Amino acid sequence: MIGPEPVNWAIAAMLLVVAGLTARDRGNPRRHTSAAFWGLAGAGFVYASWVTAGAAPAWPLGLVVLTVVVLGSSARTLRPGTVTSTGDAAREESATRLGHRLFLPALCVPVITLVVTLAGPAVTVGGRPLVAEGSASLLGLALGAVVATVVGYLLLGAHPIGAPFEEGRRLLDLMGSMALLPLVLAVVGVLFTRAGLGDAVGQVLQTVLPDGRLVAVAAYCLTMALLTLLVGNAFAAFPIVTAALGWPLLVEIHQADPAVVFSIGMLAGFCGTLVSPMAANFTLVPAALLEMRDRYGVIRTHAPTAAIMLVANVVIMYIFAFPR
Amino acid sequence: MLVLIGLALVVIGFVLRMNPLLVVTVSGLVTGAVGGLTPLQMLDIVGTAFADSRPVMILLLALPMVGLVERMGLQAHVRRTVGRLASLTPGRILLGYLALRQVTAAAGLLTVLGVAQTVRPVLYPMVEAAAERRAGPLTEEVRDRLKGSSVGVETVGMFFAEDVFVAVGSVLLITSFVDANYGLQLEPLDLAVWAIPSAVVAFAVHGFRALRTDRMLRRRAAAPAPDAVP
Repeated sequence: MIGPEPVNWAIAAMLLVVAGLTARDRGNPRRHTSAAFWGLAGAGFVYASWVTAGAAPAWPLGLVVLTVVVLGSSARTLRPGTVTSTGDAAREESATRLGHRLFLPALCVPVITLVVTLAGPAVTVGGRPLVAEGSASLLGLALGAVVATVVGYLLLGAHPIGAPFEEGRRLLDLMGSMALLPLVLAVVGVLFTRAGLGDAVGQVLQTVLPDGRLVAVAAYCLTMALLTLLVGNAFAAFPIVTAALGWPLLVEIHQADPAVVFSIGMLAGFCGTLVSPMAANFTLVPAALLEMRDRYGVIRTHAPTAAIMLVANVVIMYIFAFPR
Repeated sequence: MLVLIGLALVVIGFVLRMNPLLVVTVSGLVTGAVGGLTPLQMLDIVGTAFADSRPVMILLLALPMVGLVERMGLQAHVRRTVGRLASLTPGRILLGYLALRQVTAAAGLLTVLGVAQTVRPVLYPMVEAAAERRAGPLTEEVRDRLKGSSVGVETVGMFFAEDVFVAVGSVLLITSFVDANYGLQLEPLDLAVWAIPSAVVAFAVHGFRALRTDRMLRRRAAAPAPDAVP
């Protein structure tokens, strides 16, 4: 069975190659510490395979992660490198020459992802599934990205062998330390949970059990959104807020339909995700990747929709949750 | 109760616009220490959680392809193609992507489209080209607004349609949590059905905002912003 490990190896390889290219980049005034940032992250990815398999202790990896964070927190250690990409004139010329063929690599990714996601779970080898449950879409995306790179390299003609990696480094440098933020946030989320943050929030919420159906619905939805905004993850907020408000107040006291309450409660949490810097994958990372001047620019775009959707979810839950 | 200090640190750090990587790590370690974890326990947790969460970085794998097609002129090509199609306004392109994103997400195809693999190489260049054709050269401020809108249709479209699919992570999390804790027997389908009203409202609300992009551009074109004048 194939699980997520090949995806991890591919990401590790990418990080290590970027580290190597950075170390050789004399245009980067901090090339050694910058290379150490990407290289240690890549080495951590490799070592993590043994941790997952239970063959190595986890604490050395913890030390590596903290070192990477320190290296990534200052421009004195992490700087973008210099990559010689093509200029505007060369790009116009190449666009004329290649035309619609340029879309092919970009199309490879969704097509291959789609095929593997849909067909992957059905493939069996010797009566056992080839792809582990829940891994098909990850493997599809990874395979799609690799195939698209090879197709792009072969189809689009002459460039140096290192071009795909140099171009990948150019985009990775646009994000800098922001690139590793989603992973670090996942780590911090686990620390929060293990330190008992959920219990503390639950205790605070239970002291203010509100009265009345509409108030109860609003309290559950608003708390979901607010706690998600703070921790950056609706999945982490859901058990806490549901145990404190959703179940005791809405389902037990007000006899609300649990399916409606929980389904829409999660969506209320998503309103918080849209405006949370802690949900970096959806807010800060896209802003960095699109080279927006304002780090919080994506959050600004999301905010009006998030606010309206939060109100809408309160209304929808209030209408449908109480069977007559 | 003292562990709530971690959340306070996060808020303060982000408000002061400190480095996000440092803010969240310090807040996590402080919360852990206040919550009674020993340094070795914390290192173990950090290492294990890092190992388990590695696939979240899958975005990196699309970067070589995206960089390669940019190097070979994809954005220039998209700009020319869109420039010839007069009916494609930025608002309509954004609306079309929003619809496409909701349909793919509702079918469970979360990774088929995305910021790295679709928005940066294809969607934003389309929007930018359509905007330039209507309003002439764009200011950096307008460009940033259009970039935000391009990311917005991707995230909003995905968030408020993914729960319509029965086997998505959040629906499965809900059923496993409530079934284990409260002895219910909720079917994923029961939950997915109740995600439909919000998906429809999200399309109406965000689609309306997407179409308003064209009005914003018309206003800017009529009265150029001060920084557009050399």
